[in-house]
Amino acid sequence: MAFDLETAATPEGLRRVAIDPVSRVEGHGKVTILLDEVNRVQQVRLHIVEFRGFEKFIEGRPYWEVPVMVQRLCGICPVSHHLAASKAMDRVLGAHPVTPSAEKIRRLMHYGQILQSHALHFFHLSSPDLLFGFDSEVQQRNIVGVIEKHPDIARKGVMLRKFGQEVIRVTAGKRVHGTGSVPGGMNKHVSREDRDGLQHDIAQVIAWAQDAVAIARQLHESNAGLYDGFGSFRSNMLSLVRADGAMELYDGVLRARDTAGQIVLDGASDQRYFELIEEEVRPWTYMKFPHLKSLGRERGWYRVGPLARVQNCDFIPTPRAEAQRQVFVARGQGAPVHATLAYHWARMIEALHAAEVIEQLLADPDILSGDLMSTGQRVGEGVGIIEAPRGTLIHHYRVGDDDLVTMCNLIVSTTHNNQAMNEAVRSVAREYLDGRELTEGLLNRIEVAIRAYDPCLSCATHALGQMPLDVSLLDADGSVLDHVLKSHDGTLQRDLAAPLGLPS
Amino acid sequence: MSAPLLVFGWGNASRGDDALGPLFIEQLRARLAPAELARIDFLDDYQLQIEHALDLVGRERVLFVDASLDCAAPFEATPVQAQRDRTFTTHAMSPAALLQVYVELQASAPPPCTLLAIRGERFELGEPPGAAALRNLDAALDWAQRWLR
Repeated sequence: MAFDLETAATPEGLRRVAIDPVSRVEGHGKVTILLDEVNRVQQVRLHIVEFRGFEKFIEGRPYWEVPVMVQRLCGICPVSHHLAASKAMDRVLGAHPVTPSAEKIRRLMHYGQILQSHALHFFHLSSPDLLFGFDSEVQQRNIVGVIEKHPDIARKGVMLRKFGQEVIRVTAGKRVHGTGSVPGGMNKHVSREDRDGLQHDIAQVIAWAQDAVAIARQLHESNAGLYDGFGSFRSNMLSLVRADGAMELYDGVLRARDTAGQIVLDGASDQRYFELIEEEVRPWTYMKFPHLKSLGRERGWYRVGPLARVQNCDFIPTPRAEAQRQVFVARGQGAPVHATLAYHWARMIEALHAAEVIEQLLADPDILSGDLMSTGQRVGEGVGIIEAPRGTLIHHYRVGDDDLVTMCNLIVSTTHNNQAMNEAVRSVAREYLDGRELTEGLLNRIEVAIRAYDPCLSCATHALGQMPLDVSLLDADGSVLDHVLKSHDGTLQRDLAAPLGLPS
Repeated sequence: MSAPLLVFGWGNASRGDDALGPLFIEQLRARLAPAELARIDFLDDYQLQIEHALDLVGRERVLFVDASLDCAAPFEATPVQAQRDRTFTTHAMSPAALLQVYVELQASAPPPCTLLAIRGERFELGEPPGAAALRNLDAALDWAQRWLR
């Protein structure tokens, strides 16, 4: 059985609209929409085309290279891959648990990554849509508008991002291409000088993060009809939590709640994820569709990321973020919040939590001294799961006696959210596009829904001139009715004669 | 204390010709004498991002280096002006957009910046840079040594 609007009953003769690629989203993806002769939406699909070859990139390499090499899979969240691979290799070597110092320094690195990634997304990738609404002038949706009207917000975004990067530098060794985390532990402590520098700024960072939560909440509450309804649909939710139910982003057990918020999976070891999750292949896209085996493909798909994490946990173990979580949860009046745009609010609650955790860890002497490496009996296979900024990230490896990786399986957060993102764009298409003439503003709504998930399509390629948008409208015979090209700098051009689609 | 010159290359070392930016940084460092190195800061990253605006503060000149599919071979060097474009809100900003962030944050003009775009052809994960791209890199390095004097 297909999902609603996934496959048109009679695709022949329908008009096809392609948003290719989705702009302002990392990597290569596109949305195709099939319309009938009166513009009724018959089919909507989000295609991700950049997920081939990652496992082959890793297989055959020595295990000790992997935590460094996997950072090159993604220029956006390299730290998450660095740490997930390290955790998996800890297991391969039997070096689990790692020492308290190693675990705390890794944790510090991870929460630095969460903070800087969330700050970038809220203040610079999505805030133009959120602050100005979806029908505003195209140029106003630009962050320039945010800077002009809210200069303080833009500055806070840059400074939060900068602080998070500095946390990464002092723990990973470098701002990028970090080598700090290794199979079995860490290779360096945090220096006292670096720790002192971060401590000097952390109170200000927490204050900025609190402001960010307030802005996100204000945006949601001031336009509740839009924020609660836009791209909304019911889904299960999956994340790690701490064994006692607390929010936990670095290491924990798997928990899932159903559409009504009831726990359907809890306390599951991350090492057994493959017994719980099945990855379904569908013929029209390269990206798989994971679902909970116990619920099956139609009922078992789920969302990951901030919206899931803030509601999957029983509490957040830092006071300021916990107070904000309670406000957020109360909005659901006893039911889960399923609104797609609520991701932004939840994301800022997590940013505040990350800042609070960073404050705690900076005060912990274990990050300055103590054993860094663990040893154990090698078992040859291991899983590392981490809650990356965008959601649950799974690394699974087998390593041969010759130290080379023989098997690699990665499930990234964008893959977990594949069905959910498809549901979001279908919801928007159903509500806003159905029966109407397409406009740039309407098409942007599709992108707003996708961007709420902050999908990272894991493409660090960014050569100059490679971010165009190509929208083509074809009639039932395949003839071009309209063709709009948008260059990477935002210039729009109608050109019926130009070749369709992007250069390969 | 920032050095008066900043040379900033970006790209992914494991994506074919996308490695040209980081390779440029690595090879330029190896070519320069200690006295020249003392007045230059080097920076490499995967992509341009908003916080890099702060790396431009206090510089006399900045050289941006990136692989490009659009420029003529072997390379093109062009001055960069602050400009409001849509890449402000992407994971991969343009150099012009980065300068605009600088203007907004610092309320002053950015230092003179030049973009050195080196022609690349293929950007596939796991591939090494191609022979043609490496020849273009050599030519760009020769040019940069003259530019830095």
